[in-house]
Order: sequence, then C-alpha cells, then structure tokens
Amino acid sequence: MTSVTMTINGKSVSGHVEDNVLLVQFLREAQRLTGTHVGCDTSQCGACVVHMNGQAVKACTMLAVQANGADLTTIEGLADGADLHPMQKAFNDNHGLQCGFCTPGMIMSGVDMVARYKAEGRELTEEAIRHELEGNICRCTGYHNIVKSIQQAAAEM
Amino acid sequence: MSDVGIGKAVKRKEDKRFITGKGKYTDDIRVENQAYAAFVRSPHAHATVKGINADKARAMPGVIEVLDGHQLTGDGIGNLICGWAISSKDGSPMNMGAWSALATEKVRYAGDAVAVVIAESTNEARLAAEAVEVSYDVHPAVVHADKAMAAGAPQVHENAPGNMIYDWGIGEEADVDAALASSAHITEMEITNNRLAPNAMEPRSALAIFDGAEDHYTLYTTSQNPHVARLVLSAFYQVAPEHKLRVIAPDVGGGFGSKIYIYPEEITCLWASMKTGRSVKWTSDRSEAFLTDAHGRDHITTAKMGFDASGKVTAFKVDTIANFGAYMSLFSSAVPTYLYATLLSGQYNIANIYCNVRAVYSNTAPVDAYRGAGRPEACYLIERMMETAAREMGKDPGALRRANFIESFPHQTPVIMAYDAGDFGGNLDKALAAADVPGFAARKAEAAARGKLRGIGYSCYIEACGIAPSAAVGSLGAGVGLWESAEVRVNPVGTIEVLTGSHSHGQGHETTFAQIVAERFDLPIENVQIVHGDTDKVQMGMGTYGSRSGAVGMSAIVKAMDKVEAKVKKIAAHALEASEDDIVIEGGEVKVAGTDKAMGWHEVGLSAYTAHNLPPDMEPGLKEGAFYDPVNFTFPAGAYIAEVEVDPETGVTEIVQFTAADDFGTIINPMIVEGQVHGGVAQGIGQAMLENVVYSEEGQLISGSFMDYTMPRADDVPFYTIEHNTTVCPGNPLGIKGCGEAGAIGAPPAVINAITDAIGTNDLSMPATPQAVWAALQASGQAMAAE
Repeated sequence: MTSVTMTINGKSVSGHVEDNVLLVQFLREAQRLTGTHVGCDTSQCGACVVHMNGQAVKACTMLAVQANGADLTTIEGLADGADLHPMQKAFNDNHGLQCGFCTPGMIMSGVDMVARYKAEGRELTEEAIRHELEGNICRCTGYHNIVKSIQQAAAEM
Repeated sequence: MSDVGIGKAVKRKEDKRFITGKGKYTDDIRVENQAYAAFVRSPHAHATVKGINADKARAMPGVIEVLDGHQLTGDGIGNLICGWAISSKDGSPMNMGAWSALATEKVRYAGDAVAVVIAESTNEARLAAEAVEVSYDVHPAVVHADKAMAAGAPQVHENAPGNMIYDWGIGEEADVDAALASSAHITEMEITNNRLAPNAMEPRSALAIFDGAEDHYTLYTTSQNPHVARLVLSAFYQVAPEHKLRVIAPDVGGGFGSKIYIYPEEITCLWASMKTGRSVKWTSDRSEAFLTDAHGRDHITTAKMGFDASGKVTAFKVDTIANFGAYMSLFSSAVPTYLYATLLSGQYNIANIYCNVRAVYSNTAPVDAYRGAGRPEACYLIERMMETAAREMGKDPGALRRANFIESFPHQTPVIMAYDAGDFGGNLDKALAAADVPGFAARKAEAAARGKLRGIGYSCYIEACGIAPSAAVGSLGAGVGLWESAEVRVNPVGTIEVLTGSHSHGQGHETTFAQIVAERFDLPIENVQIVHGDTDKVQMGMGTYGSRSGAVGMSAIVKAMDKVEAKVKKIAAHALEASEDDIVIEGGEVKVAGTDKAMGWHEVGLSAYTAHNLPPDMEPGLKEGAFYDPVNFTFPAGAYIAEVEVDPETGVTEIVQFTAADDFGTIINPMIVEGQVHGGVAQGIGQAMLENVVYSEEGQLISGSFMDYTMPRADDVPFYTIEHNTTVCPGNPLGIKGCGEAGAIGAPPAVINAITDAIGTNDLSMPATPQAVWAALQASGQAMAAE
C-alpha cells in the first residue's frame, strides 16, 4: 500500500492504494468516478482518457501511484456546474454519441486536441481531427458525427 | 409541439447522462457484499480435462471460493441451448452438442471456461485464476469449416459425425440446374465471408445478487433482451424460476448482436452468488471478449448465377459452408438459413433459386448473429456476383441490376420472402445522382494523373427486419415468438411513462419512442419517459436485434396508445357531455371539436384516477398494454456506391466517397437514422478492408486484441453522403421498415466492387488489406499498366 494525494476535479483526494492498481481502477473503484471507462486492455480504445496536469492521458496505462500529486480532470469534472463544456454540448448537438461508452474518452480527447492546436496556432482540419482520434475507438457512430462535434466545439472553444 | 413529432431531428434526451459521465453501465454498479469473479479458461482449443487442482488458488489472499463444472452440473444447472431448431434435408434434427457453462470432460475452444474464482477484488480473483492448475490431455484441433468436414478431421462433438450440425436446403434444385443448363451466360464464384469480432465498446459484464431470505436472484447484465435472458436462465438453465429472477440491463454500451445471447459467465455468476452468499460481479476484459463473445459471419460459398442473352437472371445456385465454432450459440442455427438463404433473391426477379447450407463445428469461439446476421452474407454474395457478371458480359453494372429489379409489389420470391413494398430503381437513381456517377470518368483520369487507381462499386441491398410473424417463425423452428409488448401509463398529473420490451443500447429509443407519444397526444416531449431494460418494471419483451424496435416495438406502443386514446375520449365525452366522435386531443387539451368546451390533458388523467365522474362501468385508471405481432417481415432496401483510390505502389486504399440511398419506410428521427447508417457503413467498411478473426491451425486466436484486430478508426472512413427514398411499409401502423443493420449489409460489396474495379480483377477477398490489394494487383497485370 502506498498513500497518494491528488486533486481530482478540483477536490483534494487522499488514499492508500496497492502498487498494482491502475489509475482507472482508482478512479472507478476508490473514487466511484465511473464515467471513465475501460474498453480494452492494450491502451488502444481511449475510453479511459482523462486530463492530468492539463494533458490527455489514458488512465488504464498508468498506475494510481504515478498520479500522486497530480491535478486530474475526469469527464465528471468537465462541465462548469450545470453549464456543459462546449465539447459536451457539441456531442449532443451533432449526435456524436450512440451507446455512450466511448463518449467520455472522445470528449476528453477532443478537448485536449482543440486546446493543443489552439496553443500551437495550428488549424484543426477534418484530416487532423481524424488523425488525432487514432487512439479513440468508437463502434457505433462511424465517426462522422464525432468529427462534426469536434469541429463545432473547436469553433466555439 | 409538432417540432418533436415524426420526421423531426430531435436531439437525444438520453445524451446528458452520457456526456457528463453519469451513464450507469453494469460495471459501474456496486452493491453491498460484492465479490468479483475471474474465469479459468482453457489455453487449448481441444483437450480432455484430466483434473483441476485449486489448492494453491484457494490459499491466496482475498480468495473466497473456487468452483468448477462438476459442482455446477451437480447443482442441476442446465446446458446452454440453441433456440431455433433446423432440420437437415433428410429430415433429421440438427446435431446439438452439449455445452456446459463450465466445461467438465472436454474443452472445445481456446477460452472455454473450466472453473471460476470468487475473490474480494478483481485483481485478487485474476491472480488466483492463474494459479488454478488444470491438467489437460491435448487433442488435434480444427478451425476452418471446410477442413472440419474433411474425412479424419478432429471431432468436436461425439454426436455430430463429420462435425456436421445440419445439411439444409431451400428451393428446387432440379429446376435451378435445368435453368442454368439453358443459360446464355453463367457467372461462377467462390466467396468467403470473413469472420468478425463484434467488439461493442462496453465489454460484457454481469452482477448477480442472491437474496437467500427470499430465494430471489437479481442479475444486472449487458443484455439486448433482458426478458429473453430471464426466460432462458429460468426455463433451460434452471437457475431460478422466472418469478424469483429479476434481470436488469441498465445502460448497455453497444450490442450488435453479441449481447443477445446468454453466455456461460452470467449463468455462473448467478449460481456462484447462491453458492457463496456474496454478490458476484464479472466484467470481461477485451482479451476475454475476443476469445468468448460470439463471432459473426465465417461462410465459404460457391455459387453460380445464370443469365439469358438479354441479361436477365435465370437461376441462382448457392452452396454454403457455415462455421459455427465449438458450440451452437442461442440463435446460431437461424443465421445461415432463414436469415441468409431467404434473402438470396436480393432486389431481383429470379425464378429459380436453390441454396444448400452445411453448418459445421470447429474448435473456435461460437458464431452467431452479428449486425445484419445472414443478410450481409447474402448481399455480399449476390452483389459481387452481379458486378462480376456485368463485367464478364460487358454490361453497365447499374443497367444490369436495373434490368433485373423487381418492380411490382407484393412480390413472392422462390425462397419464402414476400416483399411488400419498395422502389429499387428510385433508390439507385438517388444514389447515382448523389455520387455524381457521370463525373466518375473525369475523377478517374485526374486520379490516374496523380498515380492513383480510382474505382467505383455498387451494391443494391435488401434485408428483412422485424422478424415475424410469431406463428410463421414458429413453423420454421423458432423457440420463441417475435412480438413486442408495450404499456402506456398516463399518470394522474398527465405525464406519461411508456414501458417497452425493446432495449436501447445506443439506438436512442428514449428519444424516438417519446417522439411518437408526444406527437400522438400533442404533449411536450419532456413529459414522456421511456422505461426499458428491467423485467420487474416492464412486463414482457423480446428485446432489440434485427432492426425490430421500430417496426415491432413502436408498433406495440402505437397499439397501446390507440387504447389510451379511446379511453381518454370516453372520459372526456362523458365529462363534457359530448359524443366521443367529436373529441379531439390537441395543445395539451381534450376538446369538443368546434366548441370552447375542453378539459386539460392532465385533468383527464386526474379524473381517470379520482374516478369521481367516469362513464358507467368504466374501470378507473389510465394505462393500457398491448402486444404487437407483425404480419410480415419488413424489407429495408437501398443502393450504395463506394468510390476508392488505390495506391498501386503499396496497395493502400482510401475510400474517397461513400453514398448511401436507403428506403427505411417512415423515418421518425432522421438524425438518429442517419447515425445508424453511419455506424453500419463503418462496420461494413471494417469488414471489407480491415477486420478479420484469425486462428492458428492449432486453434490459438491470433487476432486477440485491438493491436491485432483492426477496428475502423476515424481516419479509415470518410464523411458519408446519405439519401432517403421512402416507400411506406404497409405491414405496420407507422410504416417503418428498420434501419439498424442496413449499412453493415450494403457496404461490404460496394467497397470490394470499387476496389476490384480500380485494380482490374475480380479475384479479391475481404478484408482487402493493403497487402491483399497489392497482391491482387500484381496478379491482375494492372500494376504494370499503372506504372
């Protein structure tokens, strides 16, 4: 057991975790933040994407102890109270989700890519969005409306 | 309020919980006293189990219990069943081999479960499962269907000699042979339909809760049909009688067929929760999903299509071998028979069709319905044959199809189906226009100038949805009826709950179903709640698969609404002292037409429950139920056109344009319907170009992860162009045909026809990976021409 402290969605959280517990397990089981999902076991699907210190990470690919001291945002912490984040709203506006399972990861990746491209002054083209989504798999939407959702949010963010 | 009615692109009501991380999937649920299951699985594809030693595992931290198949069968848990009886041509019944939830004597595929560990945490359960020692006597395995039929092949089940499950036929073989013999042209092909892994993004999960005081079980599970699960778990697996078993399918993250079935894990969790007195949760990881979720497709087919001198199809003869894997999954037997061979007429007027299907066992995961289920295999076969025939005869592929289109309805095919409505020429017109086919030659020339080979391919698909009527499917061997049920409950305050036996796992029922209710009673859509997925709340249901929720599920809601409307009018007519015939429902009121006499909708609801002023003999309350049994299948159809560019240096193929023109009958929510097409087409493109389940000859799954099995990514697919050409379905009250599977059915042949057009050969199999395309190109001689 190792004791860890981190900030999750603006709240300071402390706990003891086994050294083999993944960050996604810690979020889902210890913190009961079940919006972060597990869709594979090889870090391919991106259903577990969260933001750590402002960067998108796959929470299945790191241990909880590695997040000690970090500032984390999960899908539950993205909206500002009752006000949806523009990326969340865009997914609703554009039918960017069907079963909803990949959606938290898609939204967290979408927010991250828009922020990165803006910071770097690069245009987030359709081609760039599709390329950036290589680490996020959706089986329902055929990606059409996910790409449109991110395009809308990129214009609004 | 008509802005939420039929035909309106209403944004989804259910989205909010999913985009904020508040969805509630099975693995998100935690209950008191919860323990975790991990399965001990066979690493061998074919072996005899000599012994299981769990001593080491039992001593490990957190381990509560280790249970095996002898204990399971000893407690009277029944074998898994296949729910559709198919007889061979000679009248003999299908050879169904025994399938125990935990194998006792023999394991028949890599992944077959032999024991289960129950522990305090997932990690502890998994570590202990690895420590369970199972000794095996390993046998040779067989993985390919044709090899499984060969003399001397390893026998998967003793009661299926030659691994033959059934040898089934449909149609008049002698007539077909005679028509072929007198045909001016015969196109002959051998076509494989590649095995696919469904890969819903949410892995399967089960949480079983046993209440010893009540002898009652609750099962949360990833199901497309919780009532069917309860029926089968109760009637066949003897887990508990139905009234002592509640099945809840909460938010479910995609199904595509793979969550229709009741798998060994759900059965084992229920039983283990009784054995241990603990609530038992199991959640599959992706590796287990690849190993154990029922796969789809896996056909090998040889076929001959005859044409007369004018290009009219004279006969179609089909010989298919279907790989069923190691066990007969729940609906496996129906897929290559009544969901496949009955669609072999396609959109065409064909007088003579014969199909022989041999279903065989192999040492691979069970195969069952996956999005489209039999219809993609039929469509792929017909549409590749049509395109190839057009090339062989030097005809335009669109014109050849058009010359053979069925144009008058109803149309009885020689293979059972009676098509009720359609406009196949109109679908093709829309697709040709939207795809700018006249401009293709210029685009091809422009691509050639860039060193790319551009090709175009068509697919004119038809499918059958809303599988029914119950009496008809019963006569064909189905073990269940295929109706749907609904209850419409108007509350005393006028809000409405609709309880439906359909189940939404991405399809948007909470919005679409609410739209038809809001429109019917002219109420805000917010006042309508759709309730589904819980056997304690919804009385009965058959669930969601085969694109049946619109055509069958919503029809049941309409029937229940008819009864509610009739009662509302009676109540209002009595209170307002008017004739029922003069009562209209609009704008939140129930009015006497042409007068200012009216009651609020909520007042009618309240008066139904206060019962102070109801017509004589009327029962209080305002809720009505209905069962709807369809009169026929429905027949969605469409024309798809793919345009591709192939890099001749590498074989890398890009889909540069994809056009779908569909006839789904009445469309309730076009946004949701188009989303279904997008997703279906992407799965079809996946089958055509990327996806393939591969086993080694020893039966080891080679494509066992997302690193080895290529799922379509965002940069593998284009924006799709979607057109609609509506003919209303005459068979149900809303005129709906269904839209869930069309994309996965229609897309694969369009893509392959486009690639083969580009590279100048008909000899190409799915998946058309860069390597496969490059090799086909070398063989075709086009490679040199392109240089």
